[in-house]
Amino acid sequence: MKDPAITPDVIAQHGITPEEYQHIRTILGRDPNFTELGIFSVMWSEHCSYKNSRPELKKFPTSGPRILVKAGEENAGVLDVGEGWAVAFKIESHNHPSAVEPFQGAATGVGGIIRDIFTMGARPIFLLDSLRFGPIENHAPDAATNRQLFSGVVSGIAHYGNCIGLPTIGGETWFDETYAGNPLVNVFCLGVLRHEEIARGAARGIGNPVFYVGAETGRDGLAGAAFASRELTEESKEDRPAVQVGDPFREKLLLEACLDLLASGAVAGIQDMGAAGLTCSTCETASRGGSGIDVDLNLVPKREEGMTPYEILLSESQERMLVIVHKGQEDRVREIFEKWDLPYACIGHVTDDGIMRIREKGNIVAEIPAAALTDEAPVYHRDAADWTPPEALDITTVPETDLIAALPRLLSHPSLANKRWIWEQYDHMVRNGAVVGPGSDAAVFFARECEKFFAAAVDGNGLITRLDPREGGRRCVAEAARNLACSGAVPLGATDNLNFGNPHKPEIFRQLRDAVEGMAEACRAFDTPVTGGNVSLYNENPAGPIDPTPVVAMVGIIEHESHITRQGFRGTGDSIWLLGDRAAGLDASQFLLLLHGRKEGRPPQTDLAAEVTLHQTLRDAIRDGLIRSAHDCAEGGVAVALAECCLSGETLVGADVILHNDGRRDDESLFHEAPGRILVSVNPADEERLQELTTLCRVPAYKLGTTGGDQLVIRIRTSSFVWPLQELSESWNTSLGALMGGVAETPNAS
Amino acid sequence: MKFAVLRFPGSNCDQDCLRTLRDTFEVTAEPVWHKETSVAGYDVIVIPGGFSFGDYLRCGAIARYSPVMTAVREAAQKGTPILGVCNGFQILCESGLLPGALVRNRKLHFICRHVHLRLENNTTPFTRQGTIGQILRIPIAHGEGCYFADNDTLDTLEQNGRVAFRYCTEDGAITEDANPNGSVRNIAGIINENGNVLGLMPHPERACESRLGSDDGRLVFASLIEFALHSAS
Repeated sequence: MKDPAITPDVIAQHGITPEEYQHIRTILGRDPNFTELGIFSVMWSEHCSYKNSRPELKKFPTSGPRILVKAGEENAGVLDVGEGWAVAFKIESHNHPSAVEPFQGAATGVGGIIRDIFTMGARPIFLLDSLRFGPIENHAPDAATNRQLFSGVVSGIAHYGNCIGLPTIGGETWFDETYAGNPLVNVFCLGVLRHEEIARGAARGIGNPVFYVGAETGRDGLAGAAFASRELTEESKEDRPAVQVGDPFREKLLLEACLDLLASGAVAGIQDMGAAGLTCSTCETASRGGSGIDVDLNLVPKREEGMTPYEILLSESQERMLVIVHKGQEDRVREIFEKWDLPYACIGHVTDDGIMRIREKGNIVAEIPAAALTDEAPVYHRDAADWTPPEALDITTVPETDLIAALPRLLSHPSLANKRWIWEQYDHMVRNGAVVGPGSDAAVFFARECEKFFAAAVDGNGLITRLDPREGGRRCVAEAARNLACSGAVPLGATDNLNFGNPHKPEIFRQLRDAVEGMAEACRAFDTPVTGGNVSLYNENPAGPIDPTPVVAMVGIIEHESHITRQGFRGTGDSIWLLGDRAAGLDASQFLLLLHGRKEGRPPQTDLAAEVTLHQTLRDAIRDGLIRSAHDCAEGGVAVALAECCLSGETLVGADVILHNDGRRDDESLFHEAPGRILVSVNPADEERLQELTTLCRVPAYKLGTTGGDQLVIRIRTSSFVWPLQELSESWNTSLGALMGGVAETPNAS
Repeated sequence: MKFAVLRFPGSNCDQDCLRTLRDTFEVTAEPVWHKETSVAGYDVIVIPGGFSFGDYLRCGAIARYSPVMTAVREAAQKGTPILGVCNGFQILCESGLLPGALVRNRKLHFICRHVHLRLENNTTPFTRQGTIGQILRIPIAHGEGCYFADNDTLDTLEQNGRVAFRYCTEDGAITEDANPNGSVRNIAGIINENGNVLGLMPHPERACESRLGSDDGRLVFASLIEFALHSAS
């Protein structure tokens, strides 16, 4: 097969601008051939090079006393957790593939993030997911399509996670028209390792052999990184060959074999073949090692005949790794990979000339300075549009509605309903660690390797970020930190997933910049360095860009098992307190969105200093044994939060509370979403100590009422709202399953 | 006292079983790779859950051909207790060590949740510390856990006390609602004719510590340890 000639059309099809092409000619001192053009195209795509977002990402705090491997250094950051133990964690998106082929798109997203973690030498122990879909209620336009995407993504995650034996112990899922046709699928993985086990993705040691291990290379996922760096269009379905096919069984074998190989001491460097496959792994390892790499494509295990160098280099076949082995240790690779029945081949060696040299049938088919691909990728400072703060909501424009009906309607909305339908499809119990499983503010996992309790939460709020990007950035970080505090954990670090539209549009770039600055500000306040993350741009469908949706996953540690705290009320006669109360209007609330269809208002601003004090005070109270339950008061306001406390304990526990209304309307008192509020329940005997502590720390604290009974009663001045728990439970627990009842699943076994 | 925990490519509950046996019950437990040809010297054999060989065909259909399964069949004949959990149960059925088959769950979804089980026979090595009618809360996690056998087989199983566990309500009632996956006659676990091979879809190794929500699964391992000690003396 003859390679096509390099014409302006071919260059444009590779997403390379005329200026970038001139830069490539300068680097090479000649025109690139077709294979080389393909290599530059994927390495300089947004997905691999962050060319549009890199200046923004530098704003994140990335250092701290616990950081062992910093953001951007390797596949994932690594944090010290004490006694010689460390955690590696990261979140990654697979939005575009999931839009086109939800099952495989989501499945391979899980596979990719797991590889990022074990590439670091860590044993992966759990997953989280953050998902967004278009509306799935019966009356919604395209409800059937959105359900299919939702169902396909959930089964894809289940298929991969269940088979490989990693529990998905928490997450968040929202439904909004902005995500129709462009779902967001972000998956987080965390692994544990000893400090001395940290593996590096560098090609070091001149003459060291380079091994290809894992699945054979096929034509699947050709240039997926470039695909992910474009807007989705009506024609995107034709890109289906750009979506990879996952094999979790192969990955399970690869995981075990790689950890065995790393333990054997034979590995000089290791890198997974994810986006941009063999291309990315060879040039990145060489660039990091300050070395060159010489690879012969004839030696690469392949599952198809007649693949061209271009196809082999750009394939994104899954479940493959590149391993640089200490010379003389080649037998270790053979023994271990034969035990696990996995393909392996020595495909080349490390050189000292800084060149990525690719051979095929005795010819050199590509010859590029490795560092040029990674370090000389273009960086664009995009234009940011002006931003006008949104108008505050005029409450008189919101018709007063039946508030008794409003709460069950909110609780049964797919965005706020119990997500059991999702997480029961995930084996969230494997590895015997999910002490607090899905459906809680933060999940808590007992890592048996190091006998430590980790808490993790993932949060994002597209509605608030749309209205006020900076506040949206602050809000998701603050909410994740608050969720950790509610579980009794001290936050350690964070990983971010930036889901935005096309950054060439100044208004989108403005959203990206402001949201990152808000996130960075909040991460500094909570002392949680960002250890790495993922950028997903070009999230647009024919109707326009998605609401900007930065997502953050935060990891914390719980010092003692007795500090683990849950959100559900635990019994009758406990006092209910609200810590950190602030009045607000219905601006940017789920109440306004879901019941009035309005994405409007000026989001109440997060007071980061007050948040930090609030979280610290709550942890102090938990350590002192004062707290029976703690729940973040967020989307849906205090009414939804109270209902969740009543409904999510071991049994249904009612409550009778009084809300102070500050002269506002009842709907505002019940459903406003001022940040920085936590609902706790305490034994009445401990109330005085809680009050002393909150007074001392200057945290506003109000007693709202008492637990007990079989209904939720909320009194405001002369009104009293009464909801039987059975009815609320019905609304909250069954709505998602009922909507999804008729949808058949893609097969997954065992 | 020595437990073997078989390890097939794709097993993923092997570590959970090993840790539970070692840490909670303080017995020796060793992984045994599927290519081994002997299980001599082990008092109990556990076939753990997971996705042996990916289970892209019928679950357990490839694992039954692994070399170690020949040794397991011999051990079964000699009376060694063999516990197959989840994928282990599927492998035991595929191997012919237990009758019937496990097919796709009634609603086709993978299901992971705590369920209630009623103990139906307390004379087995796996249940001797329990009482008939005792209710256990133990998690399930499977996509193909719907037990199926023809009526003659089911009648034989029931007449000989070979149904060890059934899915039930919190109060012990055997109802359709309590049946998570559509198993015939709510069957969750069965034993072989000699009573030394148990296949169980729920995961007792996930219910041995109260911090995980239940320690009702201890009964199975405690019974096995007692049985093995008894046999040895």
